[in-house]
Amino acid sequence: MRLDATDKRLIDLYQRQMPVTARPFLAMGEAVGLCEQAVISRLEALQAHQIISRVGPVFEHSRAGASLLAAVAAPEHRIDQVADRINHFPGINHNYAREHTFNLWFVMTAPDQTTLDAQLDELESTLELPVLRLPMIVAYHIDLAFDIDWEALT
Amino acid sequence: MSRMPQSIKSHLSQAQKLLMLRHRLETGLPLEPRPYQALAIDCGLSEQDVLDAITEWQETGLIKRMGLVVRHRTLGYQANAMVVWDLPDEQVAEIGRALAEEPFVTLCYQRPRQLPDWPYNLFCMIHGTDREQVLAQLQKLRDNHGLQATQHRVLFSRKAYRQRGGRYVGNS
Repeated sequence: MRLDATDKRLIDLYQRQMPVTARPFLAMGEAVGLCEQAVISRLEALQAHQIISRVGPVFEHSRAGASLLAAVAAPEHRIDQVADRINHFPGINHNYAREHTFNLWFVMTAPDQTTLDAQLDELESTLELPVLRLPMIVAYHIDLAFDIDWEALT
Repeated sequence: MSRMPQSIKSHLSQAQKLLMLRHRLETGLPLEPRPYQALAIDCGLSEQDVLDAITEWQETGLIKRMGLVVRHRTLGYQANAMVVWDLPDEQVAEIGRALAEEPFVTLCYQRPRQLPDWPYNLFCMIHGTDREQVLAQLQKLRDNHGLQATQHRVLFSRKAYRQRGGRYVGNS
């Protein structure tokens, strides 16, 4: 999908704060010169093409529940299979292969810490691999979505 | 949960309805003219209740931002590296705050070491259009913050098996 100047403006203006009013897409349209239905159609297209994953809130995970960054060292020939088994567990939001002996990195979430610990114990015994558990101690960066450098992407 | 009949919904407490709203919000707003009203109907709340709850959650920091959630990889940010550092404990806060100020550092967290396997205590994420750009930015970090001699590792991502927003309520 090729983004035009209006798509880019919608992203730039509304990736941090969209209106929380009865008709938010009408208000967004007024700012970029589109009618309400045109804003909705553009957002549907951006979502269908996976340029955006959704329109809505991003929760602060340290307040929303319990979450943990974890890693395992999967045998390289079984990495896809191990990744798949991890994804079948509840609360897996991110799961990436990375360049390291610990080659699978994932984030697990749960409503509370006790549930999270139990899920991780179960995951560890299912995979028969030790799980490196790396809870957050301090966040130095408040994730406000970084400005897209459209020039660098073209 | 949203398919629940009205008769059951009317027996839910306000707190349960708000928890249902949080659960619904985790997957995004419906794209229709009155999205907050649609959510309100699903959860047995008024539209004003929904607007008030979201505003309050933004003020208290439960919601950190609200809008278009961009997938950077599709846009062309093909490279992302998790850079991990082994810093003296007494320096980690100062360096962590300084790295977080750099525009290309998108996350920066202190985490515990897990010795002997894992000696690193500071994590930051760098996004770039390609590997070379990320490595150039890393070099800048090391030069600007006196980290030339600091033990570190760069873990580029090879493949995303899953990437989605956090789902806490109901734990699906």
